[in-house]
Amino acid sequence: MIAIYKREYRAYFQNMVGSFFLAFLIGFVGVYFVTYNLNYGYNFFAYALSSGLLMMILAVPILTMRSFSEERKSKTDQLLLTSPLKLHAVVVGKYLAMISILAMACLVFCLCPLIIKLQGDAHLKIDYTAILVFFLIGCVYIAVGMFISALTESQIIAAIGTMAALLLIYFWRHLVSLLPSGAGANVVMLLVLLVLVCLIIEAYMQTWAVTLTIGGVGTVALVVAYFAKSASFESLLSTKLANFDIPSILSNISDSYVLTLSSLVLLISLIVIFNFLTLQVMQKRRWS
Amino acid sequence: MIEVKDLVKKYGNHVALDHLNFTIEKGKVYGLLGANGAGKSTTMNIITGYIGATSGTVLVEGKDVLLEPEETKKRIGYLPEIPPLYTEMTVEEYLSFVMEIKRIAKEIQKKHIEELLDRVKLQEVRQRLIRNLSKGYRQRVGLAQALVGWPAIVILDEPTVGLDPQQIIEIRQLIRDLAKEHTVILSSHILAEVQEVCDHILIIHKGKLIASESTTQMMARVASAQTVELIIEGTEAETAAVLATMPAIDGYQLALEEDGFCRVTIESDYTAGFRRALFKAFAQADLAILQMNAVSNSLEDVFLELMNQPQNAAETAQVKEDVQ
Repeated sequence: MIAIYKREYRAYFQNMVGSFFLAFLIGFVGVYFVTYNLNYGYNFFAYALSSGLLMMILAVPILTMRSFSEERKSKTDQLLLTSPLKLHAVVVGKYLAMISILAMACLVFCLCPLIIKLQGDAHLKIDYTAILVFFLIGCVYIAVGMFISALTESQIIAAIGTMAALLLIYFWRHLVSLLPSGAGANVVMLLVLLVLVCLIIEAYMQTWAVTLTIGGVGTVALVVAYFAKSASFESLLSTKLANFDIPSILSNISDSYVLTLSSLVLLISLIVIFNFLTLQVMQKRRWS
Repeated sequence: MIEVKDLVKKYGNHVALDHLNFTIEKGKVYGLLGANGAGKSTTMNIITGYIGATSGTVLVEGKDVLLEPEETKKRIGYLPEIPPLYTEMTVEEYLSFVMEIKRIAKEIQKKHIEELLDRVKLQEVRQRLIRNLSKGYRQRVGLAQALVGWPAIVILDEPTVGLDPQQIIEIRQLIRDLAKEHTVILSSHILAEVQEVCDHILIIHKGKLIASESTTQMMARVASAQTVELIIEGTEAETAAVLATMPAIDGYQLALEEDGFCRVTIESDYTAGFRRALFKAFAQADLAILQMNAVSNSLEDVFLELMNQPQNAAETAQVKEDVQ
C-alpha cells in the first residue's frame, strides 16, 4: 500500500495534475477569502470555504479522473493485479494519495483564520471545524470520483461523470424538494427504488429466485403498509433523502455554527462505501 | 510446476477458452502458439491471476491461483502483451517501485536493480524517463519488471512483437539464458521463433489445445508438410502433361505467368526425392525448370495438418474457411 501511495503521490506532481488541483482550489478559495474576509471584513473563514465548495465540483474530477481509468487504458493495472499486492491495498493507496493532496490545500487554508485574527476578532473553533468538514466533504467527493474512474477506461468520461455526480450532490437539496409529497406518489417511487435494488441484486447474485423473493416480499410489505397507515407515506422520500444533503453540512457551520454527529457519520460512511464500491468494481471486472 | 485443468473462459456468449488442459514442467521453455484470438493471452492472464476463469483451476506448484493468490503470484513474473510501464517514471524508479510491490527486501534492492539492469542491458538508459525510450528498450524494461525477484516461472506474452531484427535476436538470446534457471512460457504466432527458443510447443486454436509436443516432434511434422513451387519454361498443356506422368501428386495449381512461363504450386508432404523426380521428369520432356522452391509451411498449414487428424476431422472444414 505504501508503495502505491508513494508512486501515486509522486505521479500527481510529475504530471502537473496535483499542482493544478492545488493552484485551482487554493486560488479560488483565496479569492473568496480576500473578498469576504479581507475586503468586506466578515470575520468567519467558514463562509469563504462554504462558497469555495462549489469549486470542488470542477477541481475534484481533474484529480480523480486518471486514478483507475488511466491504469486500465495503459494496461499498467496488469502489473498491479498480477503482483502479490492485495487489491484493497491498491484502492486505499490510491485514495490516500489523492486525499493527501487535498489535505495540502486544507493546510494552506489553516493559515486563513490566523490571518483574520491578525486583523482583529476571529472565530478559530468554528473556522477550523469548517476546514475539517471541508476536507471530509472533499474526501467524499474524491471517493465518488475514484469510483467513477474505476468504471471506465476513458479519463474524459470519468471526469464528466464525476462532475455530473458532484453537481447532483450540490443540488441535492433542491432536487429532493421537487419530489411529489402525496402518499401514493411516494409508494410508487419506493416501488421503483425497490425494482432498482432488485436489479442490482440480480446483477450480483444472478439467481432470479432470490431476487423475485426480495422483490415480492418488499412489494407486499409496501402495499400493506400503505393501506394500513397511508399518512406516514406523505413526503416520506423528500424528508428522508434530504438527510443526505452534503453541502449543507458545511453551510450549517458557516450560517448557524452547527455540526451534528450524524452528519460526520454520514460523511465517513460515504467515504467507506465508495472505497468499497471501487474495490467491488475492480473485483467484478476480473470475472466478466 | 503449473497445472491447468479444464479451464473455461467465456466473454458473454463468446467462448475464449474451451476446457483447456495442460501441464508445465520445471526448467523448460514452453511456447504457446496460436493465431490472433486463439486464447493465448487469456490463458496467460488467468495463470497470472489478472482475470478469473469461468470454470476450471490453475495450480502453481500445487497451489490454487484463486485460493492462494499471493503465494502463486510471488512465483510468477509476467510480461503482458503491452508492457505495463509507468511512462512518467525513470527506468530505475520504475524498477524500485516494482520491487516494492513485489515485496523485495529493502537491503537487497540496490544490488538487485544492478543485476536486472545488467541482465537486460539497460545500464545506459537507467536514468531516462520511460516515456522517452524506444520500443525495444521499453520491452526490455518490461522484461526486467517480469524478472524482479527472479521468479521461478517467467511468462512472456509475445515478447518480440514490434522489435527490430537485432533486438529480436537479443531478446531470444536472453530468453534462452533465462531458461537455465527459470521455467519460461512464451506466446507467439511466429513458428520460427518458437522453434528457435522453445523446448516444448503447445498449440491453441479457438480456445482448445490441439497439440502439445516437443519442438523436435513438431518440426518433423512441419518439415513433412511442404509446398513445392516451380517455374517452368513451357506452355500450360506441356507442363500439365508432364505432371500427369508423376504418380505421387494429389493436386497442384498451375498458372500462366508471362510468355511461355508456367508457375506450378504442388502441395503435399514431399521430400528431396520427390524434387529429384520432378527435375528428371521435366528434363525428359525437355522443359527447363527455371526455379524450384521447397517452402516450409506456415503455422496455419500446421493447424490444417493437425486438424486433419481423424479425431478433429469435424472441425477441419471450419478451420480451412478461417484460414482462407
